[in-house]
Amino acid sequence: MSNPEFSNPIVKWVDYRLPIFSMMHHELHEYPTPKNLNYWWNFGSLAGIVLGIMIVSGIVLAMNYTAHVDYAFDSVERIMRDVNFGWLIRYIHMNGASFFFIVVYIHMFRGLYYGSYKAPREILWILGVVIMLLMMATAFMGYVLPWGQMSFWGATVITNLFSALPVIGEYIVTWLWGGFGVDNPTLNRFFSLHYLLPFAIAGVVILHLAALHQHGSNNPLGIDIKKKGDTIPFHPYYTIKDLFGLGVFLTIFVAVIAYAPNYMGHPDNYIPANSLVTPSHIVPEWYFLPFYAILRAVPDKLFGVLAMFAAIAVLFVLPWLDRSPIRSAKFRPVYFIFFWVFLANCVLLGYCGAMPADEPWVTISRLATAYYFLHFIVILPVLGLYERPVDLPLSISGGSPDEDAPAAQAAE
Amino acid sequence: MPDTAHETNDSHGNVDEGRRDFLYMATGAMGAVGAAAAVWPFIDSMNPAADTLALSSIEVSLAPIEEGQSVTFKWRGKPVFVRRRTAAEIAEARAVPMGDLIDPESDDDRVKDGKDEWLVLVGVCTHLGCIPLGQKAGDAKGEYGGWFCPCHGSHYDTSGRIRKGPAPLNLPVPPYEFLSDTQIKIG
Repeated sequence: MSNPEFSNPIVKWVDYRLPIFSMMHHELHEYPTPKNLNYWWNFGSLAGIVLGIMIVSGIVLAMNYTAHVDYAFDSVERIMRDVNFGWLIRYIHMNGASFFFIVVYIHMFRGLYYGSYKAPREILWILGVVIMLLMMATAFMGYVLPWGQMSFWGATVITNLFSALPVIGEYIVTWLWGGFGVDNPTLNRFFSLHYLLPFAIAGVVILHLAALHQHGSNNPLGIDIKKKGDTIPFHPYYTIKDLFGLGVFLTIFVAVIAYAPNYMGHPDNYIPANSLVTPSHIVPEWYFLPFYAILRAVPDKLFGVLAMFAAIAVLFVLPWLDRSPIRSAKFRPVYFIFFWVFLANCVLLGYCGAMPADEPWVTISRLATAYYFLHFIVILPVLGLYERPVDLPLSISGGSPDEDAPAAQAAE
Repeated sequence: MPDTAHETNDSHGNVDEGRRDFLYMATGAMGAVGAAAAVWPFIDSMNPAADTLALSSIEVSLAPIEEGQSVTFKWRGKPVFVRRRTAAEIAEARAVPMGDLIDPESDDDRVKDGKDEWLVLVGVCTHLGCIPLGQKAGDAKGEYGGWFCPCHGSHYDTSGRIRKGPAPLNLPVPPYEFLSDTQIKIG
């Protein structure tokens, strides 16, 4: 780390004792970033900003929320009607969860398309999957807090997943509930954990960034940085590009909050929880639908639960399933096709998850579930062996990889 | 290494490595046990509290229940189904060969002796905990005339046994006893 010269004496004094300004200079200004990043690379920093929005809106909501089965629903309604700007803050938080998943799913599919999970970024990818798992747990517990019908029955169905485990399953479920069913102890602990986990996410995000900055960003060509001319400093070039992307994101986010705040929610959750009546059609939040479809596709309880967890677990070993040394799908003509088929299959699974457990959806879910695993377990390893990649460019700037000749850039 | 080194840390400063390893292992093991013991209260605090556990029981009058009718009661926060079965429903439940059942259990074992018409069940689907339909007159009762869980499509027969769908077990029969011909105590 080189030490930049700071002119401000206070900055100098602080930096000598706590090198925070040196670190910021190093990680933002000196940090070399590939110059060819496209807009799909906006979604990482965007996810971080949405996490911030969720934490801030959540802290304020917690000041007016009551975690008790008799008061939770009413306290949320009070936030909506009586608390100053409560409606706005709750709609930000509620839709923020959906947008968080939109942003993170795009971020992940970008990683899949451009092979960002490949060496030397395996741990970076794995930390990302950990973040997704923590997000899922946090979002699930947050959805329980308003204590509507979908909250209650979503909590019942998801906690019951663990009863599928042989022998210990029942004890685990009772332990999760703190009673004989989803009840006040369950609501209290979910609130406690819902407040805790976002900070755990923030911790893993820091590790995620540390792993990112070790080798730097991947790029649309998927080739390594070869020379100084391949890069530009993160600040100001990508800070300004990220800010522009943030502006576009916030425009859409605010439009949804203002005009369709309940579009991604479920009307049944505005009915207070009733432990004696199950809504006729239980669906989880949209971001869980593909996994829910996998759960329902398997006719056996235990194997259905295992398949659902395996659908996420397989992402952890993805860097070792994909044997191809080429990162970007741009230079992998066959993987390119399978990537889009896989994406379409995930959307199809999500659609199946929203449909009732009847034909033809059961059969379609089963086929789509089989394909989901086929993609990871068979297609990716086989492609690594047999696919003929297109010739890679020599460097990001084009031309010879070892010199910074201005002519090389014209070759693009 | 000379044997003497194992015996003692003597005045010449020879270190007894076997003894040192033993102390490392023993201390480490005690530390692990202590840490586990310290964690247990925190884990166990999430199990049902004493007041939650305090056995709650309810008494239910069967007098107003007509033949063919089902009534739901709330016990320990869960619904209990009480169905007064018709002769046809009982006959149907008894006619099923054991081999056809996913969780084999005879209808006899699921009701009290001489009280064949009264079927008492915990109305929670053994798949993922939804409340099956079939209590109200207009409800879907599934392909076996008992109950149907709309969440993931489990069908239960007129004995509350799982016949089709993802649920692995029959609807459980809660502990209950007849106080009189028209009064039962659940729990």
